[in-house]
Amino acid sequence: MLDKADGHIFTGNVRLVHAVGMHARPAVKLTKLAKKFQAQISVRVAGAAEWINAKSVAKIMAMRAAHGSTIEIKASGNDAKAAVAALVDLIATDFPDEAS
Amino acid sequence: MQGGAAGLAYRGRTASIGFARGPFVRVDAGTTGARAAGTLAEESLALRNAIDVASGQIAELATIAGGEAAQILEFQVALLEDEEFIVPIFASIGEGQPADAAWRSVLDEQIAEYNSAEDEYLKARCSDLADLRDRVVNVLRGGEAQALRLPSGAVICADDLPPSRFLEIDWSAGGGLALLRGSPASHVAMLARARGIPMVVQFGAIPETGAMALLDGEGATLELDPGADQIRLFERRREIHRKSRASARAILRRPTALWRGERIKLLINIQRVEDLEHPDAQYADGIGLMRTEFLLTDRGGLPDEETQFQTYDSVVRWTDQRPVTIRTFDAGGDKPVPGFTLDGEANPFLGVRGLRLCLARPDLFAVQLRALARAAVRGNLKVMFPMVTSAEELEAGRRLFADVVQRLKAEGVAAMLPEVGIMVEVPAAALAIASFKASFFSIGSNDLAQYVLACDRSNGALAPLMDPLHPAVLELITRTAEHGRRAGINVSLCGDMASDPRCIPALLNCGLRELSVNASALARIKQTIDRLSSGGGPG
Repeated sequence: MLDKADGHIFTGNVRLVHAVGMHARPAVKLTKLAKKFQAQISVRVAGAAEWINAKSVAKIMAMRAAHGSTIEIKASGNDAKAAVAALVDLIATDFPDEAS
Repeated sequence: MQGGAAGLAYRGRTASIGFARGPFVRVDAGTTGARAAGTLAEESLALRNAIDVASGQIAELATIAGGEAAQILEFQVALLEDEEFIVPIFASIGEGQPADAAWRSVLDEQIAEYNSAEDEYLKARCSDLADLRDRVVNVLRGGEAQALRLPSGAVICADDLPPSRFLEIDWSAGGGLALLRGSPASHVAMLARARGIPMVVQFGAIPETGAMALLDGEGATLELDPGADQIRLFERRREIHRKSRASARAILRRPTALWRGERIKLLINIQRVEDLEHPDAQYADGIGLMRTEFLLTDRGGLPDEETQFQTYDSVVRWTDQRPVTIRTFDAGGDKPVPGFTLDGEANPFLGVRGLRLCLARPDLFAVQLRALARAAVRGNLKVMFPMVTSAEELEAGRRLFADVVQRLKAEGVAAMLPEVGIMVEVPAAALAIASFKASFFSIGSNDLAQYVLACDRSNGALAPLMDPLHPAVLELITRTAEHGRRAGINVSLCGDMASDPRCIPALLNCGLRELSVNASALARIKQTIDRLSSGGGPG
């Protein structure tokens, strides 16, 4: 892990509990949330070769993450730590409908 | 078929139940005609503009439709806002492609990719992408997004129908949807179910002609230019459906009636996960019996731990906090499984089946127990063993289970030993019920009756003798229920008796207060208990 504050990479792992996997609605919620952060955020299904831009709904859908798979998240940039925490929380709590 | 399509009937697959009778209208994807391409800059601008217009149209549609429809359309809006998706399209315009061709080729590529998916849900997204493709192409070609002008109450027939087209149709006078392709998992099917519009998919081919149509979403049939007899039968089916749904829905929403001051719990039996899609399943007090044999016969080969875990987990999550009782593999008897059950038993019903077989194959059994122990931490899961004869078998099964849990924990995997109970279906178990240290009992009345009455239940010649209301069967049920009451152990019954209204008075009189029935029988049994509690007959 790098030590410079702005080069810091934060990571997280979370299990996808959504019954049908990463499909349209979860993918839309994930990308919407990711876009609220300035950080560069990437995700992948644990073990996959390629990291995917968490702000691209097309890419997230194409990832075809199945129910029960583990999603790895990494982010770098100013608000990277908060971004990872927010995305982990969104996936772990099964993409709740926002109150607002 | 020379004389027209008069009286012809077609069968498809149900996507949304209900009935529609009305004019037959064929709707086809109507974007035709070409456009003249401009300079690179003009093409780029044209696409940017078309995307904005399409985005606005979809947003407006979403606002009007609201709710679930709005969420479905959000996916299309998100795609239009996805730089990674859009940028390559502008790049190919930069290389000289006209805007509509560039847009179409990227969308077609995506559609083909989704179409090749194994998963029916992903496959069904094709129709959302086609919707978006046609909308933008239409704007590029200068076409207005025209609302479909359709006679009210029409049975609309199309190859497939995208969600936004569905929302543009005025369904206020009813009508139905017959698709030649399509899928019950598509967004338009979800919208049709939410709106109560009958919809049948996968008809294959239907002649272009036809003035009137009858669409039966329950029987998944379409009848074109029906004769008077066909109409009469259709109206009769519609009336029966209407009455039974109306009373069922009303009754399902109420809590189950009291019987002698105690509330009766009604749970459901499921054979496989898809059974939870039955519209009445949500009204059950839980799942009283989930069979797991389907895991052994699907796609050949015994399922691995992860496949099993995901299956159990999805059911536990579906029920939320309501209890789920999963029965370990009940193979053997009349359910042979290649590679698992023994061949050549002279009398398989009295052979190595149920828990007997699992204890004989601890390697395979341990895989199931591992998956169950992992699912147990995720909700209100209970596990029961089938075909138990002696208390020692239960203990042997439980020891194996406890070992599995310990090993999982040592591996750092979240797991726990759930409540373990048994099926009461061997007469010896019913007679010696107090010897079992089980957390709950579930009476399997089909096998119990077969063994007590010495009648092979698959032998039709014995049908008159095979009476589950025989006093000997009821005596064993009563003893089990009484023991449960004294010892504070939950007792339920999950055999066919529970789904049969004629048996309900006897079962309540035996002391049972919990029954597990097929989802399709839930409304009827609830109604029966209501009648009985207010002094009526079983109905």
